[in-house]
Amino acid sequence: MPENAATPGAPGTPHIEFRDVVKRFGSNTVLDNLNFTVDKGERVTLIGPSGSGKTTILRLVMTLEELTGGYIHIGGTPLQYEEVGGKRVRISDKRRRRTTTDIGMVFQHFNLFPNMTVMENIIEAPVNVMGLKKAEAEAKAEALLEKVGMAWKKDARPSSLSGGQQQRIAIARALAMDPEILLLDEVTSALDPELVGEVLAVLEDIAAETDISMLIVTHEMQFARDVSNRVMMFDKGAVIEEATPEKIFSEPENQRTQDFLRAVL
Amino acid sequence: MNPEPNSWWDWEHAIAVFPDLLLQGFKITLVATVLGTLLALVLGLIVAIIRRSTPPIINGPVTWIVEFIRMTPLVVQLVFANLVLSPYVDSSLAIGIWVLGIHYTTYMAEVYRAGIDSVPKGQWEAATALSLPRLRTWRAVVVPQAVRNTLPALGNYAISMFKETPFLFVIYVPELLNVAQNYGSTHFRYTEAITLAGLIFLAASYPTSLLIRRLEKKLA
Repeated sequence: MPENAATPGAPGTPHIEFRDVVKRFGSNTVLDNLNFTVDKGERVTLIGPSGSGKTTILRLVMTLEELTGGYIHIGGTPLQYEEVGGKRVRISDKRRRRTTTDIGMVFQHFNLFPNMTVMENIIEAPVNVMGLKKAEAEAKAEALLEKVGMAWKKDARPSSLSGGQQQRIAIARALAMDPEILLLDEVTSALDPELVGEVLAVLEDIAAETDISMLIVTHEMQFARDVSNRVMMFDKGAVIEEATPEKIFSEPENQRTQDFLRAVL
Repeated sequence: MNPEPNSWWDWEHAIAVFPDLLLQGFKITLVATVLGTLLALVLGLIVAIIRRSTPPIINGPVTWIVEFIRMTPLVVQLVFANLVLSPYVDSSLAIGIWVLGIHYTTYMAEVYRAGIDSVPKGQWEAATALSLPRLRTWRAVVVPQAVRNTLPALGNYAISMFKETPFLFVIYVPELLNVAQNYGSTHFRYTEAITLAGLIFLAASYPTSLLIRRLEKKLA
């Protein structure tokens, strides 16, 4: 692996760093020279009107979208592109995967594998990516399923479960990889209102019991207030205000933040 | 010479030809269909994956070859392959099976391709989020879901291949139609043999198509 300017994992290195990030879809510029960092163990919630680029940020960190310009570093390691001899060079998929094994993501629509049982969903990556033995992976999965209250459904097919149950399993699946970073992309938006609580309760437990860094996109402002250290307000691909949840929810400074919060709270 | 010129159907001929049709002709027809189908199932999947996941330098020629095979008649391919290969390959049945298999590969590859496209984008994204290697994503996530969606269509192509095995006649493979024709030309009685050959095809393909329809309903 080529050496990078920043020493990966050195103290003070941001866990996630966006450096002059540009993302365009065709002629539509979603992110224009975005810079921000997330520290290790920090929980950052991204809020803002739809189309402001919040989800795109998560998808870039998960390598689901290709950067148009700039760099993203994870613990000091370049993720998608690196600078080699003054040139911006794409990092191979194989090397990207080495970095993304530390990153987990939970999706709006769960995206469980319907051709596998709950247990198979959870052990798929630990066995085939981390190289765990099947029995080991199953023991670990069992503990995680216990934690999200779904151990009794380990042999079920995802399609037979409610949205809330599927999402709790998707959370367990992401945690089975021991991620250092967890990306939560509107994880309750597709759920019936009465199922939102069980999913958020699980996530609040995880936030309290671990030091996983989290990047969260949500419309649940109470959840954002409960778990995050910092809230970033996005508009048109730029951060227009950032502060602690206490500050931003009670006395937002920016007019557009005020308008947005008035509309959603 | 027709021994009973007034009767168009003679049970004696029917009974005489039936064992040969079933034990020789139908056996060869079945072997050709089963092996040809297996070949097409495997090669079709490989072609579909190549077309979905390789750069234009590989994808381009493969696409061209697939189009070429699909746009030319099976009979022409059989005669051509037999002319070219018969000096090297003893068995015309083997040549026939490969031609059938490769011809149907091009259809089945299209079916698989539709099946692969029907797997939601979120499945690929979940695999990426779990850092699954590409090959594992295909094997464990995409192919099982794609194949499930395409089983009925693949089954219909298998039946369709079964019904096209009489074309093997043109390269002298002793399949069902060939046996019937032979009986006809040696006994000067075609009606019974050809009719029975047709009925044997019907007896085999109709229940199979019913099974596929049931599978279709079950998967829907």
